[in-house]
Amino acid sequence: MSFLIGEGMTGGYGGADILHDCTISVDKGEVAVIVGPNGAGKSTAMKAIFGMLNLREGAVRLGERAITGMTPQERVRAGMGFVPQTGNVFRTLTVQENLEMGAFIRDDDFSDTMEQVFSLFPVLAEKRRQPAGELSGGQRQQVAVGRALMTRPDVLMLDEPTAGVSPIVMDDLFDKIIDVANTGIAILMVEQNARQALAIADKGYVLVQGRNRFTDTGEALLANPEVRRSFLGG
Amino acid sequence: MEDILNASLVLANFVIIPSLAYGAQLALGALGVTLIYAVLRFANFAHGDLMAFGTMAVILVTWFFQAQGIGLGPLPTALLALPFGIIAAVLLAMGTDRFVYRFYRKKRAAPVTFVIASVGVMFVYNALTRIFIGTSDIRFEDGERFLIRARESREWMGLAEGLALRSSQALTLVVAIIVVVALFWSLQKTRTGKAMRAYSDNEDLALLSGINPGRVVLITWVIAATLATIAGTLYGLDKSFRPFNYFMLLLPIFAAAVVGGIGQPFGAIAGGFVVAFSEVSITYAYRRVLSHILPEEWMPDGLAQLLSTDYKFAVSFIILVLVLLVRPNGIFKGRVI
Repeated sequence: MSFLIGEGMTGGYGGADILHDCTISVDKGEVAVIVGPNGAGKSTAMKAIFGMLNLREGAVRLGERAITGMTPQERVRAGMGFVPQTGNVFRTLTVQENLEMGAFIRDDDFSDTMEQVFSLFPVLAEKRRQPAGELSGGQRQQVAVGRALMTRPDVLMLDEPTAGVSPIVMDDLFDKIIDVANTGIAILMVEQNARQALAIADKGYVLVQGRNRFTDTGEALLANPEVRRSFLGG
Repeated sequence: MEDILNASLVLANFVIIPSLAYGAQLALGALGVTLIYAVLRFANFAHGDLMAFGTMAVILVTWFFQAQGIGLGPLPTALLALPFGIIAAVLLAMGTDRFVYRFYRKKRAAPVTFVIASVGVMFVYNALTRIFIGTSDIRFEDGERFLIRARESREWMGLAEGLALRSSQALTLVVAIIVVVALFWSLQKTRTGKAMRAYSDNEDLALLSGINPGRVVLITWVIAATLATIAGTLYGLDKSFRPFNYFMLLLPIFAAAVVGGIGQPFGAIAGGFVVAFSEVSITYAYRRVLSHILPEEWMPDGLAQLLSTDYKFAVSFIILVLVLLVRPNGIFKGRVI
């Protein structure tokens, strides 16, 4: 049984269903990646697991708890961290204030967590007094991930963390994501850069039209000729 | 040398000091408007009448204190009544939010809907104030009227002109500085202030971070109503209280908020002074200043006034239009309206 699992998820934003009996799961310390063509429902699957859309069928479980009926805010308190694709930092607040806001629900002393984030992303420690909106795209993504880590989540969900950053920055971000996973956090992310993402993934999900098409280890999916031909450009 | 001193004293008495006081009053008003805009995302047309309501409450309590013989000596009694006025205005603003704005927030109404609702609220506030205190001009300043008297300072300096500083003007500046410092400190340093800025910056991410929007909205109203009452009371002490004038103040206050960059607290303050200095310096008759520095034969026949004081609101209008045309997000890069 996986630590986080969205099982048999069926639903959409109100009109027609986007997800059809879709199952996604991830374990602690693991990186799971959702890939697929445009409009495959990758982000929708992520949002369903985070409670941002109503499921008609299926269930989401975190650890031993059924969390299907919880709001996103309640899921944050239950131990899930979410980094949206856009608007994922407070642009006018400094880096440090962004992290403080990430820890808003914590009443205890969170300075050690902030130090951990700074040691994970040293560049943020340098720029802690700078408004997040003035940072480069890659640095801003680090702020966004750092903000989500401030609640000390068990699961970190990333919606296209490398969208719009250069290839070098992308490699760097993936390295950081592996570092986060190595601290024992489960990582679930949606990625456009399928090949690079699968290369670091313990588990990969290829979605097509809201359905699970292939599910395997990242390595196996990269080696699968059909996946290569259809989704990875040969 | 003496001529220039005399001319600058006249300028100080009639342009610089009044503009500073008026600018501080506008800045406090504009801060309220800009905070509401930053958090609730609409231009609150009822702000001028919220000022009037708060000031009315201050006046009523002032009268009560005066009748009881309670005073502050040289300081105006209104200062003692101010906290009561603030409480009244805060309760009114919170009640309005509960019964009007919350309904539209739940419906996720467009900003223009909020604006029109606030126009309705404006008329209700307006009527409330008129029912309680009437429409006439009320002067409620007591205590020592002047801090520096023109005649005494003239004799002391031995010049043709003296310096006059009214206590209401000095009080305005002192109170405005204290309020602004306290506001900025709490916005920058306290957890609640940071949460307000975060909510204003990115509502969705603030929700995701566990910031309670209801609390942020509530605190914003408390601050806005407090600022409105303080600004209204200082304005009333400095000039006089007349409900209609407070409604008219809405225009220079909006101009100040937009000039500075709406949603930017620092911009509201800068904007307040820009509008006040423009308004006073354009409508002031410079004849007396010129009489000290120009030779007799160069003196103009008229008052050397650029615009009659009847047109002072035109100055705010012109500033507003110019800013929206040339630099729509204001001096300090606020939001584009």
